[in-house]
Amino acid sequence: MANLEARLKEVKTIAKSPKAQLKKYLAAGKKVMGCFPMYVPEVIAHAAGMVPMGMWGAQTEQKLSKLYLPAFACPLMQSNMELGLRGTYEGVTAAMIPTMCDTFRCVSQNWKSGVKIPMISFSFPQNRKLQASVEFLETEYEHVKSCIEEILGTKITDEALENSVKIYNEHAKLMMKFAEIVPDHLDVITPTVRHEVMKSAMFVDKAEHIEIMKDIIAGLEARPAFNWTGKRVVLTGITAEPESFLKIFEDNGLAVVADDLGQEMRQYRTLIPDEGKTVMERIARQWNNRYACPLAHDEEFSRGDHLLDLCNKTKATGVVVCLMKFCDPEEYDFPLYNKQLRDAGIPSLSLDIDQQPTNYDQARTRLQAFAEIL
Amino acid sequence: MSEQQVKKPKRPMSKSLIMVRQQLADLYTEAGEAKARGEKIGWAASIFPQEICETLGLVVLYPENHSAGIAARHQADPFLQRAEGELEYNNDICSYAKINLSYIDTRNLEANNMPLPDFMLIANNICNQVTKWYENIGKRYNVPVYMLDMSFNHENFVTDSRLKYIRAQMEDIIASLEKLTGKKFDQDRFREVMEISAENKDLWIKANELQANSPAPLNGFELFNYMSAMVCCRGKRSTTEILKQLISEIEEHIEKGDSTYPGEQKYRVFWEGIACWPHFSHNFKVMKKLGMNIVATAYVRAWALDYIPGDLDSLIKAYTFTPSNNTPIETLVERRSRDLIKFKCDGMIYHLNRSCKVMAMQQAEIQRRLTEITGVPYVSFDGDQSDFRNYSEAQFETRMEAFTEIMDQHKAVREGK
Ligand code: SF4
Ligand code: SF4
Repeated sequence: MANLEARLKEVKTIAKSPKAQLKKYLAAGKKVMGCFPMYVPEVIAHAAGMVPMGMWGAQTEQKLSKLYLPAFACPLMQSNMELGLRGTYEGVTAAMIPTMCDTFRCVSQNWKSGVKIPMISFSFPQNRKLQASVEFLETEYEHVKSCIEEILGTKITDEALENSVKIYNEHAKLMMKFAEIVPDHLDVITPTVRHEVMKSAMFVDKAEHIEIMKDIIAGLEARPAFNWTGKRVVLTGITAEPESFLKIFEDNGLAVVADDLGQEMRQYRTLIPDEGKTVMERIARQWNNRYACPLAHDEEFSRGDHLLDLCNKTKATGVVVCLMKFCDPEEYDFPLYNKQLRDAGIPSLSLDIDQQPTNYDQARTRLQAFAEIL
Repeated sequence: MSEQQVKKPKRPMSKSLIMVRQQLADLYTEAGEAKARGEKIGWAASIFPQEICETLGLVVLYPENHSAGIAARHQADPFLQRAEGELEYNNDICSYAKINLSYIDTRNLEANNMPLPDFMLIANNICNQVTKWYENIGKRYNVPVYMLDMSFNHENFVTDSRLKYIRAQMEDIIASLEKLTGKKFDQDRFREVMEISAENKDLWIKANELQANSPAPLNGFELFNYMSAMVCCRGKRSTTEILKQLISEIEEHIEKGDSTYPGEQKYRVFWEGIACWPHFSHNFKVMKKLGMNIVATAYVRAWALDYIPGDLDSLIKAYTFTPSNNTPIETLVERRSRDLIKFKCDGMIYHLNRSCKVMAMQQAEIQRRLTEITGVPYVSFDGDQSDFRNYSEAQFETRMEAFTEIMDQHKAVREGK
């Protein structure tokens, strides 16, 4: 068992250089599946023996993407297109792309028009209360499965799926556990470190990441709880990157005690359930169980309640909205949950997230002022 | 998506135009009266299967149409301001949504007051933003929201599993509406509504296709005027009457060899995207000066829902596959290339709509593909279907002027000059 420090160093390296991870897996004869946000059925690719890796853009200048997208496309999809067109993802066998927002619908069409990496596309059902939606998603996932089988020339057995489901659930439970104990270890788990732990999960085979997480959790539990006297905030949004953005939190004595981020806990907070006649049905049902996410239509709109719940549990006194620029699904949610937060006396601050080289001077000033009122 | 009325035609208003305006006014009056009687009123996305509501005898209004009207009458400013200010909506979201979310908050309009909804009907075959927009109304005003998820089609046909899923949702929505409103869904009436709608669809297509004549019998902008009939009333007999009248007027022009377009039609153009309602008259003025007439659009045809009356599955397929926002790019390109040829277009004008991501985010690729297939040149301009701030008169003018030169060059090559 590696110690905590070594593991934290490891996740930092992984989070910073996904490309090295890709090379490593390719060198070992593995096939890699690119996974667009959000919630794509990684577990199916995993069952085929592939290593699913997240595609969440990068800090990059937009040149080629401009041939496809206007300036008001979200930076995340601009970067994914840019990296795809530039060939940065070379080596990736295929990319799974869902169509969860309007930008996504078009990006799936742009990708297949301009990027050499084959796309495996499918649609998530948005009417999530009917049994028919589960059956629909099962057929979509069967399609994903047969695409993978065709590309690899193999068969994905139910047994392999069951096994991968076990691994994914175990991993998700460890991520939940980690998120739960972070507030007791804010001396070690700074906002940046927390993010690196989360982010590294996207670039490592989940079976390996399980070992990393076990060590980190054991290492943290072996330490006494730390009495953090600074302020605590919850992050919400799609991503909270880059490091220079998180650094501002640290400089202002703000600890991130929980997140509701697409790139982080939103992925892990819902397990693949046990109920279901087939393993594919169970995998499909996970989508219906997801909650408080702007990309999953929700009759009850549970996001405000979820944020309040996170604040209560972690004693956070503020919410920082990390708003991916031009992300309309996120923008539509904001007034709703912000009202709930306001009514509950929890202040919030909305900051723009970009993926182009930006300086965060304005965010710094605003976050400073925010820290003072908490 | 939606429609609105062109301002101040210089000629006396045509009979069909008077009829379509009256129809819309009547719809709002009827809605107000129904509301006053205590009936439940719905608000629906523009390509929701109205056949359900019409069969149940429910009065349904269309916020996109309503917002477009506010924008076209230049009344949008306070609504946009309020949405982005007090109501905390981001400037980035669709301006139809901004205007509507503000309207429902203040309900302050001189004309066309729209009674508040007792239920909301989502159909995301147009976009995903409408889902988020209606979720907001549902939550803020505690109104039930019924979701008909049409699921983006990656294939160039509607898969069986989609069909099954959508059918289950339709059945569920019908049952929910019956429960909510106490009305009964009658199969015979359903069939009848489908028949009326199918006839209206045929008439609508015919009216549009008559523009293939040379000269085009209508000033193409005028067809946008009739969209309220197709968006809000395409299951009603009154629409049949309006469209028949319109067609007879068009045929009269064809017979006489004249057109409602003032002046010589030097360029026949395809208009891609929603109209730019706040700048409708500026668009027209500039294009008129240059001799450009719109002979084809993809947008108005999104309501030409083609199905077999009595066949529910064919209706579902039409609803999920007719709007180009819900189909793969190949289908979208194929439809447009067909029309570019059929309507003998000299050029294509793309409205790069700041509000509408689903129509903007693949426009560049559509342009490339269509030019490659058809050789028809194109121009694009920045606009917004209902936020007047996202438009520059100077840009529109310069681009259109330059475009006539490009079209001239193409014409010269075509004619071997
Ligand atoms: S959900 Fe937001 S961040 Fe994700 S693709 Fe859509 S607009 Fe971009
Ligand atoms: S986003 Fe586009 S399709 Fe959707 S309501 Fe707005 S204008 Fe219509």
